[in-house]
Amino acid sequence: MWQHNVICHLAMNKGISSSGLFTCLSKGGGFHFPPCHMLNFHGIRILVDCPLDLSALRAFSPVPTALDCLPVEVSYNTDGNRFLDSMIGPGKRQKIEKLLDAKSLLFAEPWYKTVNNLHLWNASFIDVVLISNPMGIMGLPFLTRMKGFSAKIYITEASARLGQLMMEDLVSMHGEFRQFYGREESNFPSWLRQEELEILPSELREIILGKDGVEFGSWMPLYSAADVKNCMLNIHSLNYAEEALYNGTLVIKAFSSGIEIGSCNWILNSPKGDIAYLSGSSFISGHAMPFDYRSLQGTGALIFSDFLSLTDAQDSDDGDNYSVPIADKLLPMSDQDLAGFDHSSEENLEDKKKLIFISSSAIDCVKQGGSVLIPIDRLGPILLLLEEMSTSLEASDMKVPVYIISSVADELLALLNIIPEWLCKQRQEKLFAGEPLFAHIKLLEERKIHVVPAIHSHELLTNWREPCIVFCPHWSLRMGPVVQLLRRWCGDPKSLLILEDVLNPLALLPFQPIAMNVLQCLFPSGIRLQKVQPLLKTLQPKTVLCPEELKLQINFSSDQSFSVLYYTEAETLKVPYRRDSSELKIATDLASQFYWKMFKKEEINVTKLKGELLMENSRHHLLLNNDNKTSLGSLIHRSLPDSEKLMAALSKMSISGVVRHDMGDAKSLVIDIQDPYKALIEIGLTSTTITTADQNVASSIYKIVDNILDGV
Amino acid sequence: MAIETLVLGAGQDIGKSCVVVTINGKRIMFDCGIDTRFFDSPTHRYPDFTLISPNRDFNSALSCIIITHFHLDHIGALAYFTEVCGYNGPIYMTYPTKALAPMMLEDNRKVMVDRLGEEELFSADQIAECMKKVIAVNLRQTIQVDEDLQIRAYYAGHVIGAAMFYAKVGDAEMVYTGDYNMTPDRHLGAAQIDRLRLDLLITESTYATTIRDSRYAREREFLKAVHKCVSSGGKVLIPTYALGRAQELCILLEDYWERMKLKVPIYFSAGLTIQANVYHKMLISWTSQKIKDRFSKHNAFDFKNVKKFERSMIDAPGPCVLFATPEKISSGFSLEVFKHWAVSENNLVSLPGYFVGETMGHKLTSNKQAKDDADTKIDIRCQVHQLAFSPHTDSKGIMDLVNFLSPKHVILVHGEKHKMATLKDKIHSELGIQCYDPANNETIYIPSTHYVNAETSDTFVRSCLKPNFTFQKCSSVDICNSTTIDKSLMPELQVEDERVAEGVLVVDKGKKAKVLHQDELLLMLGETKQDS
Ligand SMILES: [Zn+2]
Repeated sequence: MWQHNVICHLAMNKGISSSGLFTCLSKGGGFHFPPCHMLNFHGIRILVDCPLDLSALRAFSPVPTALDCLPVEVSYNTDGNRFLDSMIGPGKRQKIEKLLDAKSLLFAEPWYKTVNNLHLWNASFIDVVLISNPMGIMGLPFLTRMKGFSAKIYITEASARLGQLMMEDLVSMHGEFRQFYGREESNFPSWLRQEELEILPSELREIILGKDGVEFGSWMPLYSAADVKNCMLNIHSLNYAEEALYNGTLVIKAFSSGIEIGSCNWILNSPKGDIAYLSGSSFISGHAMPFDYRSLQGTGALIFSDFLSLTDAQDSDDGDNYSVPIADKLLPMSDQDLAGFDHSSEENLEDKKKLIFISSSAIDCVKQGGSVLIPIDRLGPILLLLEEMSTSLEASDMKVPVYIISSVADELLALLNIIPEWLCKQRQEKLFAGEPLFAHIKLLEERKIHVVPAIHSHELLTNWREPCIVFCPHWSLRMGPVVQLLRRWCGDPKSLLILEDVLNPLALLPFQPIAMNVLQCLFPSGIRLQKVQPLLKTLQPKTVLCPEELKLQINFSSDQSFSVLYYTEAETLKVPYRRDSSELKIATDLASQFYWKMFKKEEINVTKLKGELLMENSRHHLLLNNDNKTSLGSLIHRSLPDSEKLMAALSKMSISGVVRHDMGDAKSLVIDIQDPYKALIEIGLTSTTITTADQNVASSIYKIVDNILDGV
Repeated sequence: MAIETLVLGAGQDIGKSCVVVTINGKRIMFDCGIDTRFFDSPTHRYPDFTLISPNRDFNSALSCIIITHFHLDHIGALAYFTEVCGYNGPIYMTYPTKALAPMMLEDNRKVMVDRLGEEELFSADQIAECMKKVIAVNLRQTIQVDEDLQIRAYYAGHVIGAAMFYAKVGDAEMVYTGDYNMTPDRHLGAAQIDRLRLDLLITESTYATTIRDSRYAREREFLKAVHKCVSSGGKVLIPTYALGRAQELCILLEDYWERMKLKVPIYFSAGLTIQANVYHKMLISWTSQKIKDRFSKHNAFDFKNVKKFERSMIDAPGPCVLFATPEKISSGFSLEVFKHWAVSENNLVSLPGYFVGETMGHKLTSNKQAKDDADTKIDIRCQVHQLAFSPHTDSKGIMDLVNFLSPKHVILVHGEKHKMATLKDKIHSELGIQCYDPANNETIYIPSTHYVNAETSDTFVRSCLKPNFTFQKCSSVDICNSTTIDKSLMPELQVEDERVAEGVLVVDKGKKAKVLHQDELLLMLGETKQDS
């Protein structure tokens, strides 16, 4: 008898390789655009994260208003543009590259920038997708709607729910553009045409085509709400440290990474070895459960993919005229022991100081009669700021309305109060004390903050008072309620814009000239460079895969405890993750039945193996073959193959027969083959038997059946 | 190797669940309950902990404590065990259990002090101290207690946060169910577990022999009885624990009140239950799918019709529904209200259907004719409705779970002696699984699985990845044994795939066992021949 639970994973491991292959598809860029990689582990192709580069939205103009600076050149024909045409008349084409100003932004329905290198892969070849944080899911609907895509998607439940809200909000905000420009008539936008790109200012051209000028193919028109829904139906959500078993061979586990609620690092375990994937991580957090580094200890290989500190360090050098920057001072290096990672109280204190500074600036602004606008960027700082601000407001005894305007804010704020399992320790203590997990719950009940879905909501219009404090999306400053409010206040020197990021020179372009104050404040996340080496020493992997950028920053050569491989984008590396040897666990009750043969001369005892070979939790087991109970212990669930498919495959090979229905149960499929020879195929849930008089016949039928079972 | 199970409580009985299991040198205490029927007798009230360690050195005797849910018969002795007996090792329970347990423990402590007037065995502060030692876990989270002991929680239904716990030490694996429900109710889903390869399953058996019919019909009966009572101006008393059933019935009533547009007030007896709703709102993800899906539109634990009840309202005129603690009307506020309301045949008292032992509730349910209670001298004239739905699985559910998990051995706890004996026989005869029903303070020994580890050669592993047909001539005897194959059609050859058949286990003297491919063995033997 052959056992299906064996067949099922073994048959799917064709093209097995003895070591893994790792390809970095994108190093991403900052918090909202996490890295993206492809890993071939033990023959299983794994995509890690599927983000969108939403910063590329800055190449587009927000939805224009009649008062807006209007583009000189209009070369496409949509309702929105007909409106523009009627206002200014079509302009003349200029072949000279323009200087960058508000008019040079793209006046069109935005497309979205996906990971360029991902398009070089056939989506149907991906077996597993791991989503490490809510940002990593933003591009997933593009994949899940592709024909042939059938990978199993793993994501923590908290990330899935946050990610879904973020995607729904994106689709809803994008609706403004659809409404304005109308449905596109051609499926190729004119701004992507060669001749249009040539005359764009270089800053915009670089956003569209990338530094190397090849990212043309990464642009996609946005997915629909239905695509998002369908994508969410296809995910497999995980709890903290839950073991998910893929295909009987691969155990997948998620451990908190600390940068966002639900964000995680991964441990992949197979009989051949194990790999840890370390995404952007944070030792401290004011809202999410912090980086659980202990669970990543002692793996064969570790993929270091935290680029957050790398990008932060670079960007914070850029000075800016508007800013009142708060220097992000790197902590002095100290001897890091295990406990050292947990007591980053200095960092905590620094963040707290910044929050106090921001909220006092906001209150000062309101006192002067100005309004405060806070684009919703990262969830953590926003939630902390909301708490800090309402405490300060209460203390100062001021009655200033606080509005949160977003299509999903309602649901998001409710959601945050029901996932205590993914919050930091201080918040979990609130659960045990029977208090709401975040201050906003109380603020909502006391009606101290107003949450409305849109800027034109009736509730907002009837309640609106200025000066006020508004939290709203989107941090790109190109869509969402933030656009309208920026236009309203950008000329007011008393008002204040609070950006939780370093200011991109393009960001405020559509709103120039700007008289309002801009406060930017960086809350660093990611593992600080000084901590990378002590961390890796603690984790003790055999091999570390590091981004090439780290080569310059950290000198690993003095360290002998692990070997280091450097990776760069679009280059494939071999990952040595092997265990020294693999093991077979043989049940003692089976072993006691073995018939041993003694080779006296060699002083060895030998027995032929029999029994049921089973893969369980990434270990091979050999068990007593007990036909009555074989299937019960199996963790692999299989269904019977579709009989119609099987019959079709057989008839393709000119084999004909009939399905026998007299067996009457769903537990087996029996087919009588009559032509060109007599044979019997019995496929049960635990075994398959082909009975025939000829070996060649049997093996050709076997191949067909195997193929069909493969797809089940 | 053996697994040793010492039953300290809930052996052939319900009350003070406490089972200590020793597997491969690790010792786990599952639940640490109190027997609320024996307030007056400390020896009956608590499990006999000295059986774990005669010199009371519990820290070295136990690897950890696992609490399945917040009911007092599963957690009531925990604070006593940690603060008075001095255990300070790890304690695991789910997030909701950790959040809600203090409320139950404090409630119980007060009842004990009020009723017995006795010196406090432990204080409110000690309960808080005890809870600080608890490590909260999520469902399906795999926890490495130490290098060898791994545990994992699975959803059990029953009450919010209730979990079955899986434990693994070396090759031995087991599950302790605690209380569970195999069918979803108004606010919770049904128990869920993976197929596991278990040596031992320890399961509750509250309803060892009962098979219940549709929950829907039972709920209608309850609603009809309540509706009939209030529409004729009567008062309905529902004695409950602060947690669990109160929320379940309240969701049911809220829903019914909305549909029937009833205006009759529903009361909760103390701030206690209202506070419980605050917890429930944060723990939505542990409730049923339906409630989870709707939470952002309407949190099911925001009860619109529920108001707080004051003592002065006991004799106020007009119909109402009152939830009062404790569940067993033997003491406390529910007894106080009962004394006032039981005298009128207009009123209704609704009792849960799983009482055992000497409480007023039991007297009412077991002997409805003799309604005069000698102890309290109440002239009981009110109607009594016994709730026929319960958060415990019925006998069919137990059989389904045992069959699904197909463990090598089953131990029954938390049930009634004679019914457990019946179920034990059934499990043995119908499923062919060895089953035990030990009494309190008895120990059961069962053998545990053990694997021999053998190193495998690459050639063998690779050969296992490929199908390996063998072609066998079928003898007529084989054909006769086959039940599914039409004999007249039977050709003579069978193809089978036995992937391990090319493997050979080799034990070299003094070395570790190794699995080789048969070709490798031939090579190896060939080499040694040449060497000699
Ligand atoms: Zn219970």
